[in-house]
Amino acid sequence: MRIALFVTCLADTLFPEAAKATVRLLERLGHEVVFPQDQTCCGQMHINTGYPDDALRLVRRHVRTFAPYDVVVAPSGSCVGSVRHQHATVARGAGDERLASRAEEVARRTYELSELLVDVLGVTDVGAFYPHRVTYHPTCHSLRMIRVGDKPLRLLRQVRGLDLVELPQAEQCCGFGGTFAVKNADTSTAMLADKMRHVLSTRADVCTAGDTSCLMHIGGGLSRLRAGVRTVHLAEILASTEPAGHPAEPAQRDGVTA
Amino acid sequence: MTETFLGMPATAPRGVGHLRGDESFPVAARRSLADAQLRRNLGHATATIRTKSAAVIGEVPDWQELREAGRAIKTDVMARLPELLEQLEATVTAAGGTVHWAADAVEANRIVTDLVRATGSDRVMKVKSMATQEIGLNEALEAAGIEPVETDLAELIVQLGRDKPSHILVPAIHRNRAEIREIFLREMPGVDPALTDEPAILAAAARRHLRRTFLSTRVAVSGANFAVAETGTLAVVESEGNGRMCLTLPDTLITVMGIEKLIPTWADLEVFLQLLPRASTGERMNPYTSMWTGVTPGDGPQDFHLVLLDNGRSAVLADEVGRQALHCIRCSACLNVCPVYERTGGHAYGSVYPGPIGAVLSPQLTGVEDNASLPFASSLCGACFDACPVMIDIPSILVHLRAQHVAAYRSEHRVPSPEAITMAAAAYTMDHLPLYEAAQRASRVTRFAGRRGGGLPPPLSGWTLGRDLPQPPPQTFREWWAQR
Repeated sequence: MRIALFVTCLADTLFPEAAKATVRLLERLGHEVVFPQDQTCCGQMHINTGYPDDALRLVRRHVRTFAPYDVVVAPSGSCVGSVRHQHATVARGAGDERLASRAEEVARRTYELSELLVDVLGVTDVGAFYPHRVTYHPTCHSLRMIRVGDKPLRLLRQVRGLDLVELPQAEQCCGFGGTFAVKNADTSTAMLADKMRHVLSTRADVCTAGDTSCLMHIGGGLSRLRAGVRTVHLAEILASTEPAGHPAEPAQRDGVTA
Repeated sequence: MTETFLGMPATAPRGVGHLRGDESFPVAARRSLADAQLRRNLGHATATIRTKSAAVIGEVPDWQELREAGRAIKTDVMARLPELLEQLEATVTAAGGTVHWAADAVEANRIVTDLVRATGSDRVMKVKSMATQEIGLNEALEAAGIEPVETDLAELIVQLGRDKPSHILVPAIHRNRAEIREIFLREMPGVDPALTDEPAILAAAARRHLRRTFLSTRVAVSGANFAVAETGTLAVVESEGNGRMCLTLPDTLITVMGIEKLIPTWADLEVFLQLLPRASTGERMNPYTSMWTGVTPGDGPQDFHLVLLDNGRSAVLADEVGRQALHCIRCSACLNVCPVYERTGGHAYGSVYPGPIGAVLSPQLTGVEDNASLPFASSLCGACFDACPVMIDIPSILVHLRAQHVAAYRSEHRVPSPEAITMAAAAYTMDHLPLYEAAQRASRVTRFAGRRGGGLPPPLSGWTLGRDLPQPPPQTFREWWAQR
């Protein structure tokens, strides 16, 4: 299958390992991955901070960039959520009905990684090997906006060598929320403190999720505490195979890894 | 059909009632977050209600259909509110009640005060009511020399403690039983000095304290959970029985009700009386449901007044996206699941309506600029939308109100805010590939800010309050892709 990668601006700029892993994983499963060069940002930050007028040009750009493709995948529940639930609203708010219906068309063909694997490609065992104790944080937009359900967990359960431990109060928000983390930094940090407490209680080596944004938040907190727990994107775990070890390792830098 | 445009409906007036805080949410929240006792009390209480509620909702096989029905009925009510209100006025009047229309808090307070004065009573007993908290009725009555006595246990705790409610359903949720015992010992006349902090003992003390009020007060003021337009029936649901006493014992009953509390028919109660207790207290059915229709000779209050309160509701109704906030049945399920509310408590919101529903309702009732920080007091995690028994899409309204705030700021200031300039520049950059790629390369200079980001200016310094910055990678994804 020919799959267009919607990399997300955050993964492109700060967490390329998650995007590279998405490419490697899909190619290993026998698919062709293309990267439409004109993509930048879906505009979610603008929309959620109250700037739909500024977001409009980014929505237009996103729709124009991805309209030619039959299947689009992003390693992010949040950005897929924005494409699915916000793009057409922004277009309609600006009175552009044609853009709105094109945005809806693109949204119908856009999948979060675990959705693509389980629902479209029909795989749960992707042949991964990852010999670590891992806990999974279901990000809010994966869970409640696009409702990926237990798909990420079904994928993780098939990973050889992986010791999956349940995260207590997993469904509670980590406190990121985009600009919420700076506008309400105290409340955000209080939420993060509880999330980290639960992650640490699992004694996992790795906390994984389907969004680099939430992982940047949780990972930034764990790094500040020198907690010795890494954050690794779901795609990186699923892309890991036995002989080569896991790809998160060479990329592991002096800070947050997602 | 000809129409005359009379301008936008008025918002709730300033200087009266409790819809506006003295400080912004982040400032008030910072103080609450530092209160370890508050955090513990709230964490315990919200977790308990969440568990209870989830269990009884799980028993209902058609819960999602019930939610859909609740939403559909409320949508219908909002679509034909004027006609239904007139129908209610007619049915209540026909049943022997008197209907008063109050455009705002000032008018409602004056109507109620005049009605109480006309009875000659200098004391009223009150059933727990959000509408009367909203308009500051207690303060207005006190100013007129009339003593209001709260009879709901939690409202009594708040009133005796000279405190403010912090939760829609459990106004004293921020207090634990040891603190409640202290308040009773300090403020309750004639209380047993050997009072313990056993819940049953505390409740018994309140009951003895209130009993004299119930038997000697001739006027009561209540709110309403529902009003049935078809029959003119008012309904109050409660757990303690104090409401039943207030609604049946006095000569005069005055009910203050927001105009959105209306439902069209008696049969519609079936839906809401299933939704409300399970979402609210986590009970299959609330212990007391009191309903009354006008006046019944020889039985209950012989003088019944219904005050229909607008106080900004028509302005909310005029907003196509925001109007669904008027569907709220005040169950407080959204508060109990909100990770922000659980940590900051209700006082940080500044309004009697805290939590997610408060963050969308208060700014709409007052006009968004009077509560401009509230739409931002959410991480948009969506737990409130899932919990709401009438499916109010709170996250979408929050985003909608954020845009309203930005637009209001823009129209009121000649110079754009620094945030607006940044946002416009970011959008422009992201819409021009060479600029975007240059910005990606430039992001590597944040390496100089150090991992702890000490060099970052506000507001970005908020990030490094408790989190390290990610180290930018040596190569972006698109650079890697171009090289493969």
